[in-house]
Amino acid sequence: MLALLSIGTTFSIAGAATKAPITAAERSALIKEGERIFLKGCSSCHGINLEGSAIAPALLGVGAASVDFQVATGRMPVADMSVQIARKEPVYNEKQVEALAAYVSSLALGPEVPGEEHLNYERDGSTAEGGELFRTNCAMCHNFAGQGGALTQGKYAPTVMGVQPRHIYEAMVTGPQSMPVFSDKTITPEEKLSIIKWIKAAEAEPQLGGASLGRVGPVTEGLLVWTLGLGLLVGVAVWLAMKAR
Amino acid sequence: MSNEIEAIKDPGLPAHVHRRADTDPKAAAKAERQVAILFLLSALGTLTLIGAYFFIPQDSFIFFPVLGDTNAHQLFLGLGMAASLFFIGMGAIHWAKTLMPDEEVIIQRHEFRSEDEDRADLIATAKAGAAAAGLGRRSLIKRSLGLSLGLVGLSPLILLRDLGPLPGDELTKTSWKAGTRLVTDPGDRPIRADDLEVGAVAQTLPQIGEGVHRKLSDIGKDAVLLIRLRPEEFNLDAERLSWTHEGIIAFSKICSHMGCAVALYEQQTKHLLCPCHQSTFDVTRAAKVIFGPSARPLPQLAITVDSEGYLIAKQPFSEPVGPSFWERSS
Repeated sequence: MLALLSIGTTFSIAGAATKAPITAAERSALIKEGERIFLKGCSSCHGINLEGSAIAPALLGVGAASVDFQVATGRMPVADMSVQIARKEPVYNEKQVEALAAYVSSLALGPEVPGEEHLNYERDGSTAEGGELFRTNCAMCHNFAGQGGALTQGKYAPTVMGVQPRHIYEAMVTGPQSMPVFSDKTITPEEKLSIIKWIKAAEAEPQLGGASLGRVGPVTEGLLVWTLGLGLLVGVAVWLAMKAR
Repeated sequence: MSNEIEAIKDPGLPAHVHRRADTDPKAAAKAERQVAILFLLSALGTLTLIGAYFFIPQDSFIFFPVLGDTNAHQLFLGLGMAASLFFIGMGAIHWAKTLMPDEEVIIQRHEFRSEDEDRADLIATAKAGAAAAGLGRRSLIKRSLGLSLGLVGLSPLILLRDLGPLPGDELTKTSWKAGTRLVTDPGDRPIRADDLEVGAVAQTLPQIGEGVHRKLSDIGKDAVLLIRLRPEEFNLDAERLSWTHEGIIAFSKICSHMGCAVALYEQQTKHLLCPCHQSTFDVTRAAKVIFGPSARPLPQLAITVDSEGYLIAKQPFSEPVGPSFWERSS
């Protein structure tokens, strides 16, 4: 209980700290720090002037949102150059990510990290509208229950379960890797919030039937019935036909 | 003669083996106890069901190995009912296999034809009944009965009409006309060309009047996917290039193979993938099929902007959207 309380207060203090507007001096210090991290950790691939290289894209104009998404979900820096860059434990902490984002967006503007007013899914948004938007715009790749799915040549759309609201929002705005961009004009910030609200509702949904079997529908359910269910029936049939002693 | 093979003799039926319960009273008593235990387990199952119904709250969840967090009310209702039915069956089978008579009995087949006397009786009864009903005398009843029975026979034939009518031009036309605005799906907001940045997609439908109900069968034909690329990325002929607007290209979302919604757009490869059978279309080459079973590209919708800057269709689709059908010309 005490631990919970302390976690809660730490978070609210941290939240208050990020909300407070920072001074110009603090901002330039943040950009300086970001430049230092960038030159050390990112410039070998993305170039010292963010110009990119044969193996990495240019970062001019990608915006703070893109940096925050890629680095805070652990996708950047990459562990291996395979078909798709996967989510993993982040290498940099929140403060370092903020500094990196400030540095990259200071050189050329791009989409900003969404503020709290775009992310408060507990207060705003509509689950029903979010579900409709998700099914039309997201479900074909990320699966109707948000479990993710396959693309071509070994690429895949990752699951959206357990992703922070901020990162869901940033993915829609910046279109990382194979994902296209969903502009604020075609899916408004309010609609994006509704999508996040629906995803969080899907995440919290209890499994009335117990095992979810991956929530991917008929494939796993069919497999279970055909192997376990039929196997059980065959077993019973064999027992029935056995001669009693 | 050493290499002569002896004919195989008919071995006949094997000797009947008696069960242990048939000969040993101890074994019989044991089998009886086993059957009784199975029936008692079934009764216990029913009691579990009743107990679960009344005493486990409907919103209580418990952790169950393999299943994970599970609704306890539902779980015990199910387990109780499963046990009560399963053990009744198992008890009955065990009873039949161990204790019920186990002798083989031979019953000879008898002739199928009835006795002559019974047959004559039946005919006489039928004739007497018909005479008593007076069908021969009351022709009005006979004819009206014939009419009603005949019409009843006709009604299934009438229902065959529901196999039609033929779709007419429904398969070849969509709601898109020259000048129809593209609106977001869902939301029904018109879209300006600069609403889409490079790399963006939008799911769209044709604009319809305020308050008009959009039929599902129309959405199934009208759905269009907008994609914005850099104009220099296109590899199109002059006509198809004139159907795009500042790098925005519009395709029917209905797969030309089996009609699934094709909307898995990979921004990096510019490929559109159909989730059903993995047909892959190259957006830069007018949705040319580069993989999978689809026989032809997705139909492209010619788009431009109107005087207010909103995206509109320049003309209807130049070919039918969706999968092949018999009368399709191409």
